[in-house]
Amino acid sequence: MLYSVIGNYSLLLGLFFGLVLFYLSVINFRNSQVLDTKILSFTFLQFFLVVISFLCLVLSFVVSDFSNETVFNNSHTTKPIFYKIAGTWGNHEGSLLLWLLVLTLFILIFLVKTKNQPIKYRILTLVFQQIIIVGFFIFLIKTSNPFNHIYPIPTEGLGLNPILQDPALVIHPPILYLGYVGSSIIFSSALAATSLNLVSKKWASHIKKWVLSSWVFLTLGILLGSIWAYYELGWGGFWFWDPVENVSLMPWLALTTLLHCVLVLEKKLILTSWVIILSISTFALSMSGTFLVRSGILNSVHTFANDPERGLFILIFLFSLIFLSLFIFFFFHNPSKNNPSSFSLLSKETAIIINNWFMMYFLSVVLIGTIYPIFLDVLSSQKISVGPPFYHKLIIPFLIPFLLIMAIGPKLKWIKSNLEDKIYLITLLVVSILLSILIVKNFSSNFLINTILISSAFYLFFITLRDFFIKGFKNLAQNTAHFGFSLLILSILFNNLFSTETITNLKVGETFENSKTKIIFENISQKKEKNYKSIIAEFTIQDSKGKMENLSPELRIYNQPNIVTSEADIKTTLLSDKFIVINLVPNQEFFNVRYQVKPFMLWIWISVILISVGGLMSFLKKEYEK
Amino acid sequence: MYGRKVKLRFLFVVLILITLILTTFLVLKSLEENVVYFQSPSEIKALSELDKKKIRVGGMVKKDSISINSSELKFVITDFKNEINVTYTGAIPNLFEEGKGVVAEGVLNDRNFFSASKILAKHDENYMPPEVKQALGEK
Repeated sequence: MLYSVIGNYSLLLGLFFGLVLFYLSVINFRNSQVLDTKILSFTFLQFFLVVISFLCLVLSFVVSDFSNETVFNNSHTTKPIFYKIAGTWGNHEGSLLLWLLVLTLFILIFLVKTKNQPIKYRILTLVFQQIIIVGFFIFLIKTSNPFNHIYPIPTEGLGLNPILQDPALVIHPPILYLGYVGSSIIFSSALAATSLNLVSKKWASHIKKWVLSSWVFLTLGILLGSIWAYYELGWGGFWFWDPVENVSLMPWLALTTLLHCVLVLEKKLILTSWVIILSISTFALSMSGTFLVRSGILNSVHTFANDPERGLFILIFLFSLIFLSLFIFFFFHNPSKNNPSSFSLLSKETAIIINNWFMMYFLSVVLIGTIYPIFLDVLSSQKISVGPPFYHKLIIPFLIPFLLIMAIGPKLKWIKSNLEDKIYLITLLVVSILLSILIVKNFSSNFLINTILISSAFYLFFITLRDFFIKGFKNLAQNTAHFGFSLLILSILFNNLFSTETITNLKVGETFENSKTKIIFENISQKKEKNYKSIIAEFTIQDSKGKMENLSPELRIYNQPNIVTSEADIKTTLLSDKFIVINLVPNQEFFNVRYQVKPFMLWIWISVILISVGGLMSFLKKEYEK
Repeated sequence: MYGRKVKLRFLFVVLILITLILTTFLVLKSLEENVVYFQSPSEIKALSELDKKKIRVGGMVKKDSISINSSELKFVITDFKNEINVTYTGAIPNLFEEGKGVVAEGVLNDRNFFSASKILAKHDENYMPPEVKQALGEK
């Protein structure tokens, strides 16, 4: 009870300080040459209030205070304490409070970290950021207040959806949000810099840090979600082109493009319009991601219960922000008149620009595939879904030039270069092609496209690998990220080519056998935990070489809410994963068994980690130039 | 006649236009080929002609209709007006139950028999696919 009241009032006070800050900054922007010290204190106070509010919600969850509607809907007394705490952001209201927490934290960090920046720029960024923050405060308090009361007070809560009770999903939302919300700072800062005509090399190297940190968090956030889907959803895949996944990929693509543009801007003072447009779109995509997931418009297998009023609010809010930013872009942005340097066709700039266009293309494909069904539904009330073939067909062919340019681009110099004494470029290409032919030749289907695709991925792989030895610490960050990307593409390709799957229905004691595997269903046992019963099945798998392996997937029957989940059993080795999952067939003796051998699964995760490590290294790198 | 710069710029604009048109064409073309339409059993009954395109059928799993053997699963999808028999080979989601909503993806054999290649799982017992909700709401 008490916690809810405190939490609620700190939220209202936070909103109040948001408005005060907005007012103060506008005054300060007009008159003063120094930053009003009150601004910094109030920003800290606002952050502090949101922290209190957040802690109150956590405490309400910990003590299972069911007079709080959010707690009632998402918690249960028998839930382990770890998931009581994590349940705080496992639901709509709590996750938005987390958004707000990160928003206020980031603007505080921004103000503290930008002492050397022009005063007007800092204040203006704060103004834009406060517009976003106040919008979120109103959204939270009006449509999804986490501190709503219910009376009479229920004695027991409804419980948290069991598939969310998982360590990976505990840290997935906060990490992802750090990425999303980081893009809000980039957005505000880009708008401020544009209005003040400050877009310069200096600004680029300052905003680069924010771009990099958001990018690293976003990458890791997507990775965690993907790992979770792999072992928890029991489909044995890591990416389904599901709308909810797509909405996290879109800001990532925009942010990746932005990252490269900022790097160019830092060196060359070109691509300023790109940088601004991309800063705006990254944030717009992050916001619409939240909108699409939370509004219930998306027909996704990930969709949880939701509410249209929220969707409408976010939509209006989003459109006003986009309108504001476009207004600023068109009226204040004046691209540098003295076009400082033209560059020849064979240069690093060209390579980056071409690949930017490719990434924009990938982004539009994902965007169209995600929102086309919504439009069609609204316009003609036809229900459709867009599946993986659409994305594969449109994205895969263009990955080939994309990878090749990614391999050669960094070898080129700025402005103008020639490719003399670069024989190794050709040697490595030949090696890559030969190697891929060797690997793919046993597969009759799609021989040509697979060979070319794998060759280009290998090409990038070898070139970046070579650079590790030749160049050592020079460009290490970029090289690590690009190496990680080539490894990712290779792992995904091999994973797709060489995965095998067996699906069958078995009773206890039965055996399934085909040419490659023998699956013996040994027995089942039961176990009782605090908030679920589990049925553990024991399987012995024999592969074609006669090697035996014991796997024991599990079915969990949760008491509140009454849901059955499958826990896959996965044996991971360096080269491949053995994945088995069972499902209950209602009222029958049969169990539905799905067994998969998935090569290079581990390397998909490792490569994404490598990519983010690349970003992290670049983030930590000291600035050489002044 | 024109300077080199103008020619170059013109070429650039033309190139961009061609790329745009090509992209739009490609995207729309593969959208057309790869989208999966959703239909309720009643809509299928009313179809004038059958083709071998992939569709999704949604509704409720009829009570006492599930039967299973080692290789396939059979059940009936109903929207309380019409029914369709479904045969399915593959992984069965946990929330697949009699009397609950379901979406199956596959091809029609005729107006009464459907071969499914995928059954869609859902995450939340309270959640019903919007299509199913609508199909049932129309009854």
